[in-house]
Amino acid sequence: MQTTKRFIITLACILLVFAVAPLVISSVHFQHLLIMLLLYTTLSQAWNLIGGYAGQVSFGHAVFFGIGAYAAMAPLNQWGLTPWIGMAIGAVVSVMVALVIGVPVFRLKGHYFAISTFAVAEVVKELFSSWKWVDGPIGLDAPILEPGFYTLMFYKTKLPYLYLTLAFFLVVMVLTFRMERSRMGYYFRAIKQRPDAAQAMGVNISLYKQYALVISALFTAICGSFYAMYVLHIEPATVLSLDISMKIVLVTALGGAGSLWGPLLGAMVLIPLQEYSRVWLGGTGMGIDLIVLGLLIMLICIFEPKGIVGILHRLTRQKG
Amino acid sequence: MAILEAKNVSMHFGELAALQNINLSVEKGEILGLIGPNGAGKTTFFNCVTGFLNATRGAIFFNGHDITRLGPHRICRLGICRTFQIVQSFSEMTVLENIMMGAFCRHAAPRKSSAQAEEVLEITGLKDKRNQIAGSLTLADQKRIELARTIATQPTVMLLDEVMAGLNPTETDEAVELIRKIHAMGLTLIVVEHVMEVIMGISQRIAVFDSGELIVEGPPEKVVRDERVIKAYLGEDYHA
Repeated sequence: MQTTKRFIITLACILLVFAVAPLVISSVHFQHLLIMLLLYTTLSQAWNLIGGYAGQVSFGHAVFFGIGAYAAMAPLNQWGLTPWIGMAIGAVVSVMVALVIGVPVFRLKGHYFAISTFAVAEVVKELFSSWKWVDGPIGLDAPILEPGFYTLMFYKTKLPYLYLTLAFFLVVMVLTFRMERSRMGYYFRAIKQRPDAAQAMGVNISLYKQYALVISALFTAICGSFYAMYVLHIEPATVLSLDISMKIVLVTALGGAGSLWGPLLGAMVLIPLQEYSRVWLGGTGMGIDLIVLGLLIMLICIFEPKGIVGILHRLTRQKG
Repeated sequence: MAILEAKNVSMHFGELAALQNINLSVEKGEILGLIGPNGAGKTTFFNCVTGFLNATRGAIFFNGHDITRLGPHRICRLGICRTFQIVQSFSEMTVLENIMMGAFCRHAAPRKSSAQAEEVLEITGLKDKRNQIAGSLTLADQKRIELARTIATQPTVMLLDEVMAGLNPTETDEAVELIRKIHAMGLTLIVVEHVMEVIMGISQRIAVFDSGELIVEGPPEKVVRDERVIKAYLGEDYHA
């Protein structure tokens, strides 16, 4: 853990870089990279709450992401409802799904949570694929509407998306920082390390796991809504895919699960790798990023299970 | 009135009866020693009292309230807290943070919890190790951390499960001293221990378990001379 002062300074520097860089380098592709970087950092930070801090690994976070994406896009598509309301609906539905998973499963010990998140995500994906109202497997395209903040659509520039994602990234980082130092943060870590001892210390472990999952689901759904409005086309095979679930897990594991800066560090390695391998290698590059990532994860597991954060800690300690 | 009372408590795992009709009451402020051979049911009894297991029959009362079906966290908040036979310190946290985990039971704000944890550090003599990572310490220190964070939950009854197992003589003496100190703070203690001279020395009353049953109960000097106890420990052949 670090001091408040250091956190504020670091975060301010990051904000400055992300705010100014796209103004200096006006390449659309670079801006896209920054948006994806922020989006995946925020998503992974959301996952980090339950999977990293509280140690309950979820392989199905695409379900919350997909619900957020569809909740923003479907009512806009069908009724012209502003995605802001859709985002709120997505958040509420995601929390309800989180309760449906957590209430029975968090009473059990073992790997049931990981298994059930995976199963629920696959079930929801199939449901959306056969749901006519959202055009099943074809997915939804955003209608052409007046651009602006009300419709959350901007055709000529990516900058509003970038700043919105940056703002949400900021909110999630600050909340995670506060959580880390509160009683809840201690309880999450205790549940991860020694669930029995945590119970003996008066921690209602199933309740706190549920808190972690609900907050995580909420943040993930909001990311999903942003993503839908950014790409303007969603379908079950993308927003509800296992691919998304796994990428969130891997970014966090690579950067350092259970640490504040892990998700950002992991995303800084993986997202450029993903975006540029596609550009350089074209169609043949598909999957290259995942091969390299798989290799990185293996190396991390063998040499530094605490991820990039762990490596940095080691380096600074050697210096000092 | 007894502070803690077990009435006809049985714990069955399928066909196996780990505890059978245990009737045991603990008076406020006493130290009760729990002894018996391995597998006698001492830890199972602790698990039943602290809510980690739900007794299959019978009931457990704390200050007259039935706590048989409550979960471990509820029981801790009521004021019964335990240590574990196999150390369960939060190995990636510092000593201070481990104790704060106990103090959070009474204070939600980290500042208040750490202030209380500092007091407990003082009492338990862990002050100079406060910023060390728990997992890097010796077994004796880790057992001390368990005691410390248990104290930090501010219990009225403490259940100590073999806090001296695996300690060398010096460490054992230090642990005994700490237990006496905790008792002097007005706490009621139930102590499971295999080191006989220790348990005989600190307990005011001893209960002996064998094969899930409570076979003898009484003052230490009487218990050691009881035939059933000698038989339980040494077997039929040595029974004169």
